[in-house]
Amino acid sequence: MSNPRTVPQDDYLGEFHVYAPHKAGLPPLRTYFHELWRRREFAVEMSRAQVRASNANTVFGIFWNILNPVLLASVYFLLVVVLSRGAARESWYFSYIVAGLFSFYFVARSMSGGASSVTSAGRIIMNTAFPRLLLPLSAVSISFRRFLPTLLVYAAIAFATGTGIPPTAVLAIPMLLLIVMFATGMAMLLATVQVYFRDTKSFLPYVTRIWLYTSPVLYPITFYDRLPEALQVVARLNPLYSLVGGWSDLLVRGELIPASMWISAALWSVGVLVVGALVFISRERDFAVRL
Amino acid sequence: MVSVQDVSITYRTTFERRPTMKDALLRFGRGQRAVREVHAVRDVSFDVAQGTVLGIVGSNGAGKSTLVRAVAGILPPTAGRIEVRGKVSTLLALGVGFNGNMSGQENVMLGGLAAGYTREEILARYDEIADFADLGDFIEMPMRTYSSGMYSRLAFAVAVHMDPDILLVDEALSAGDAKFKERAAAKMKELVGQSRTMFLVSHALSSIQELCNDSIWLNKGELMMRGAPTDVVKEYTKFVKVERNALTLEDV
Ligand SMILES: Nc1ncnc2c1ncn2[C@@H]1O[C@H](COP(=O)(O)OP(=O)(O)OP(=O)(O)O)[C@@H](O)[C@H]1O
Ligand SMILES: [Mg+2]
Repeated sequence: MSNPRTVPQDDYLGEFHVYAPHKAGLPPLRTYFHELWRRREFAVEMSRAQVRASNANTVFGIFWNILNPVLLASVYFLLVVVLSRGAARESWYFSYIVAGLFSFYFVARSMSGGASSVTSAGRIIMNTAFPRLLLPLSAVSISFRRFLPTLLVYAAIAFATGTGIPPTAVLAIPMLLLIVMFATGMAMLLATVQVYFRDTKSFLPYVTRIWLYTSPVLYPITFYDRLPEALQVVARLNPLYSLVGGWSDLLVRGELIPASMWISAALWSVGVLVVGALVFISRERDFAVRL
Repeated sequence: MVSVQDVSITYRTTFERRPTMKDALLRFGRGQRAVREVHAVRDVSFDVAQGTVLGIVGSNGAGKSTLVRAVAGILPPTAGRIEVRGKVSTLLALGVGFNGNMSGQENVMLGGLAAGYTREEILARYDEIADFADLGDFIEMPMRTYSSGMYSRLAFAVAVHMDPDILLVDEALSAGDAKFKERAAAKMKELVGQSRTMFLVSHALSSIQELCNDSIWLNKGELMMRGAPTDVVKEYTKFVKVERNALTLEDV
């Protein structure tokens, strides 16, 4: 090299790496997360590059990104209104579907993006040493980047339909945080499963579709009260019951949700995040030999 | 600087083309297990001091790439221990970690960030990299439009400009054209002159002899010999009973 050394003498340079068989499948977690944090720019750059590659930064791309969920919401709205023979006539109903769908699609996109994040990363896995958790995290950050503008769309719809933004919407922010944690955990889990079973991603659309219909996205959570007792218990175990249901209730209907819902949302999101991260990290050194 | 202690690396793979849940269920139904173990590296130990240019020779499947990946921290050893002091940059077979749908420029940035460099560090080197790779407008094009030679040119340019303490080169230039090979060889000599630590995997025995000051020979995962490049190459060629001239290519 002709130019003088420009790399700062940080802890990475002059660092002392030891590679040994990992005990109990996990690398030293402190170093792992330290290295991960140092590379956070990767996730930013990755989502930027992906957005560029999918033309999502062109005028038409942005327009499509907004139009697509709105059209989808309209289709579901009509469907439900027809099926319920006009019973669902509360004024907030359309906003409710829009809010639910937007958050649901954030989770679903994180899942599908996460599932392919490792298998489609290609040679970077074979040729560069880095905490692989970066890949599903990038996938989540990509779908979050697509989710954020839809909040503006939601606000526009909420005002246009007279639903407005109730004061409880402030509490929707921590709920959104829980949703993001949940989506991240799911992305990590699916990324791992996809490495071992390459058909996972092809099952995913069906799973997502069924999950959409069994979650309080197209109907409000009050609908659950009409179900038989036993079914109610099962239906409320669905993580999206408290996460997406709580989100929409806070954001759209302006109703405070019971503490039990907060607890269940927090348990699900923290649980899935921790399990997802541990499963992923304990398997990730296997990835390089399996791609 | 690099210390490899009793390292063994075993691949456990399924020999299916594409592992699927369907196949796994079918296999499970039949009570089969499709896992096979490949002992790619067996009980290899050696130390490399600062400034050594270590040539690694061996036939196809000897475990050279596997060993280099382990030193880079990509594959954890199954047994043993590897200690590395300093920043490692890899130039492994078939390019750096490139994603075909993104442009060369984006790939350079992403690869660098993944390797742990900051955005500023990469931007500071970007012009040099682009100049050295000399791809013209193609640097802005998706990498799936690249030829394999263009691929390896960019990979080489990235690896040598990232200013590593330890540079691992695994058959980097098999696809470059004559002009680029010459430039790359010059660059390699320049790097060697700076007493940088390097691992050089190559089937081009002449360049091993020319560039390296130490070498090892792997055969079926085992360390056969460690010594001066001329001696190792002599023994290796005797072992594989091939004409030296047939292997004397200009690859780095
Ligand atoms: N991903 C993998 N899964 C299973 N086995 C593998 C994998 N990669 C390599 N192997 C096996 O490990 C052994 C060593 O392979 P390696 O790539 O290290 O050889 P090499 O010395 O680099 O050969 P070459 O000169 O052809 O590059 C081979 O027997 C190979 O079949
Ligand atoms: Mg090889």
